[in-house]
Amino acid sequence: MSELLQLLVSGLSKGCVFGLIALGFVLIYKATEMLNFAQGELMMMGAFVAFTFVNLAAMPFLAGFAVTLVVALAFGMALERGVLRPMIGEPPFAVLMLTIGLGFVLRTVAVNIWGTDPRTLDVPYAGEVLVVREVVFGYDNLIVIGATAFLCGGLWLFFRRSRLGVAMQAASQNQLAAYYSGVPVKRVASLVWGISAAISAAAGMLLAPISLIDQNMGFIGIKAFAAAIVGGFGSLPGAIVGGLLIGVSEEFALRYLWPGFGEVTAFVILLVMLFVRPQGIFASLQKKKV
Amino acid sequence: MTEPEPLLTLRNIETYYGPIMAIRGVSLEVRERSIVTILGANGAGKTTVLKTICGAMDPQKGSVTFRGEDITGRDPDRVARLHLGHVPEGREVFPFLTAEENLAVGAFTRRRANLNEDLALVYGYFPALAEHRKLPAGFLSGGQQQMLAIGRALMLRPQLMLLDEPSLGLAPRLVAEIAEIVVRLNREQGMAILLVEQNARMALDVAHYGYVMEVGRIVMEDTCERLKNAPDIQEFYLGMKDQGVRGRRRWKQRKTWR
Ligand SMILES: Nc1ncnc2c1ncn2[C@@H]1O[C@H](COP(=O)(O)OP(=O)(O)OP(=O)(O)O)[C@@H](O)[C@H]1O
Ligand SMILES: [Mg+2]
Repeated sequence: MSELLQLLVSGLSKGCVFGLIALGFVLIYKATEMLNFAQGELMMMGAFVAFTFVNLAAMPFLAGFAVTLVVALAFGMALERGVLRPMIGEPPFAVLMLTIGLGFVLRTVAVNIWGTDPRTLDVPYAGEVLVVREVVFGYDNLIVIGATAFLCGGLWLFFRRSRLGVAMQAASQNQLAAYYSGVPVKRVASLVWGISAAISAAAGMLLAPISLIDQNMGFIGIKAFAAAIVGGFGSLPGAIVGGLLIGVSEEFALRYLWPGFGEVTAFVILLVMLFVRPQGIFASLQKKKV
Repeated sequence: MTEPEPLLTLRNIETYYGPIMAIRGVSLEVRERSIVTILGANGAGKTTVLKTICGAMDPQKGSVTFRGEDITGRDPDRVARLHLGHVPEGREVFPFLTAEENLAVGAFTRRRANLNEDLALVYGYFPALAEHRKLPAGFLSGGQQQMLAIGRALMLRPQLMLLDEPSLGLAPRLVAEIAEIVVRLNREQGMAILLVEQNARMALDVAHYGYVMEVGRIVMEDTCERLKNAPDIQEFYLGMKDQGVRGRRRWKQRKTWR
């Protein structure tokens, strides 16, 4: 029983990371109809930037995290403005290749700045545990779950309640009508990339204390992509739920099925989902008008 | 006393879809507090003219002047900021936002505005929207969606409103209702309106001045009183039989375009 609980918690925390990256994918897709295959690399960059502020610059970790989020926001916005916006009107395939290329570039940049040795992020809660009735939970896992819940709540409030958030939804539902209503659609697209990069960076910072930081950690972006499809591509809650489903399944598969199976769990779930319910858990009824 | 400068002036506009020249040198004027209509069969280029005015399309040649300012080639959000509202063809609403949220987006540019006052104004014109304010716009009926689109443009407190075929696909009772709203907005709010219509009878009843477009050009312009009595207009735009045939052809074409 206690083992099940522990597995569940570590699976959920893994799933939160997948879910956050998936959220980034979906946000960009909904707003700009682009598939960003560099989402995992944005997470990796977030982890390295946080490492730089917290370990190298010896900032208190919360301050380091906050600065990292701001850097990621600015970086995402600049990326949209400088790299993606000139691609508007090009075939989706070309944009897809561009984002894959972007992933390569980011990995190369990371190797050149931070080297190829795996790094660890110094957080005060590393290795600390919480024991409840002889069940041991790692604080790192609990914090991932808590922070993800907090982030999702914040995003929900932003999109439901704020003037800008509602305008962003409008722009993704009907771009031309949003334009006619005076919503600066181009700047909104930049902002979406910024927010998406910041969410990915948050995922990287949360993951870093659990796993190691290296230039290849972004490859889990592929699993996050699977999570987004499982959740119903285009649905924000779906991205998180899909991530959690894959994270938990993977953790249990690693423990109870043969070890090699863990790595393919995400894709098995994806396949099953595509057969059983191709529209995903949260089918998005959205018919896009541009 | 000299004539005041028109609110909106188009001079020799030429607009292309890729290599296709859709607008072939159009000039027109909308004076303050007037209702002007553009008539024309499908494919004449009426929608393209409106898109060129609001900045969704850039003209290759010519200029657009609004309130004395050259707005040629400006992005649509910046044009909207000058209090130029645009109700596009085909009831473009935000389907997953509630009716009230749709209206709130319409007031996006007016940061310091009193949202409730503006909402009350819109609900005054469209009581049905007040009833369904919490409903996602996608669930509204066609007529209500059209009213929502007009209401959303009203939230800009426009000095000029571009209205693209507001009566399209609506039952006769709703067409009359929309026509009445157009007249009231013009009278009560002092709003200038540029109305594009295939329903020539309605447009000529409502508007003061009219332009007739054919394949990208303006072929006739006059006061609506005189247009109504022009033989060509009576034959091609007000003839009942003719209109029925055009209506059907129009839908066929629609399917192949999208
Ligand atoms: N997206 C497009 N790409 C290429 N050509 C287009 C496009 N949209 C319109 N056209 C062409 O431009 C011309 C003018 O079209 P426009 O939509 O302005 O006509 P309209 O007068 O508004 O017609 P309707 O009454 O059917 O709305 C037409 O010949 C049409 O075929
Ligand atoms: Mg049209």
